Amino acid sequence: MDYAIQQILNALSFGAEYALLALGLAIVFSIMGLVNFAHGEIIAAGGYSMFAISALLTGNPWVVIVGALIVAVLTSVLLERLAFRPVRYADPATGLLTAFGVSMILQNLFLLLVSPRPIAVTNLYFLNWPIEIGSVQISTLQIFETVSTAVAITVLVLFLRMSSFGIAMRAASLDFEMVRLMGIKANRVVAVAFAVSGLLAGLACIFIMARRGSVDPTFGFNPVLKAFVACVVGGFGSLGGAVLGGFLLGAIEVGMLVVLPQSYGGMKEAFVFGIVALILVWRPNGILSPPVEKGDKL
Amino acid sequence: MLELTHLKVFHGPIEAVHGISITVQRGQCVSLLGPNGAGKTSTISAIAGIADYQGSIRFQGADLAAISVEDRQRAGIALAPEGRRIFSNLTVKENLLIGAATRHDRRAVRSDINHWFESFPVLGERRDQSAGTLSGGEQQMLTIARALMSKPQILLLDEPSLGLAPLICQQVFRLIKELKSSGMTILLVEQNVRDALDLADYVYLLNSGHISNEGDHNVFGNDANLMAELTGIH
Repeated sequence: MDYAIQQILNALSFGAEYALLALGLAIVFSIMGLVNFAHGEIIAAGGYSMFAISALLTGNPWVVIVGALIVAVLTSVLLERLAFRPVRYADPATGLLTAFGVSMILQNLFLLLVSPRPIAVTNLYFLNWPIEIGSVQISTLQIFETVSTAVAITVLVLFLRMSSFGIAMRAASLDFEMVRLMGIKANRVVAVAFAVSGLLAGLACIFIMARRGSVDPTFGFNPVLKAFVACVVGGFGSLGGAVLGGFLLGAIEVGMLVVLPQSYGGMKEAFVFGIVALILVWRPNGILSPPVEKGDKL
Repeated sequence: MLELTHLKVFHGPIEAVHGISITVQRGQCVSLLGPNGAGKTSTISAIAGIADYQGSIRFQGADLAAISVEDRQRAGIALAPEGRRIFSNLTVKENLLIGAATRHDRRAVRSDINHWFESFPVLGERRDQSAGTLSGGEQQMLTIARALMSKPQILLLDEPSLGLAPLICQQVFRLIKELKSSGMTILLVEQNVRDALDLADYVYLLNSGHISNEGDHNVFGNDANLMAELTGIH
């Protein structure tokens, strides 16, 4: 029983991280139809900023965390302004290629300007304290991760449902042109979407840094790949789907670690993606694929 | 109030409207009539700023050439588009709130929403329901109400009766008539000729991107040949 609880907590912790990343991708995709593969580099920018702040300013972990969040938001908004806005109304393939291009440019900039090697950031020590509840052992990171994700999702839902800007963002995900015809500034809606996406990337960055303890130029690649898979499983463009896909992917990963014999440990990813493929055979558009906007009932 | 001069509208490389000139005076209801593909929706799209055009569109004396889609709405041009294009996943109330997104008088916005709920009790009963669950007629009422929530100077109505049952059409035209009586300036694109003529102060007949005829509604109503051209009934 204790073992099961332990694994459920592990699944929640992994799932929370994937859910945050997937949500960041889904927000931008639902409004712009853009799969932002440069999302990983926003996470990496957050990671490098943690190093820079602790090396140049202060080692206070809270300052480092807030700094990383701000840098992630600013990077995301800046990328929208410089790279994605000029191709906003272009063919979706142009946006996708732009995202790949931006991702490569940023990775190479990190490589050239910082270091090709992993750089250690040790400020988040307090997230790795073990806590024992009965015979179940968890870390402060797992609690922080799950609670922060729950708070972030709740705040995001409230923002999208209660604020006029949130309603405009939901409307933009259904019919962007019609939102412009309502007088709502397209640039502002898209910029806020990127800011929210950047904030979620920054939050995920803190968890990944706490777990890995170092940042390198390809730091964000694997997490974003997982987030992309979570979005596809949940239904691309659906915010609820992104969260569901994230937690489901976390559960499948932990499930595989538990079920697979140790000698098959190296094939964990293959089994995970095998299950993902089966889910897509069952629901080709993802579990909660968003409805197609038909606009009327003619 | 609205003046189109030598307007050409383009869909990519294709010229859909070939240099038409139209004037709408304040408080007037002007109808653009014509068969499918005549260029009616293209004209309205150009005014709203969502279609490429050449020529001039002046609204209240100002040239709209450099004005963005959003700023045209802020200047007082509201569009109730063809196909209604309500935000189906948003509630009825949220659709109306989006319509008033550029207004800052929150109390007046709430009062206007209540006004629409009183005018159309069905919308009021379903205020918290997804707009996509409304019937076609209810969606059309919501589209017009959403457009009016911005307190526009001119209302562009694109095929408001399209796909609606005759009884529902009557309700829609009754609403447009009420709007006209209240002094609202309206540019109406419609295929439902008799009702459109009944409402219009002035009529332009579009055919293959050209204005083939124009005049007040009496001229059209009394000219058998024109009516035959409009209705297709000879």
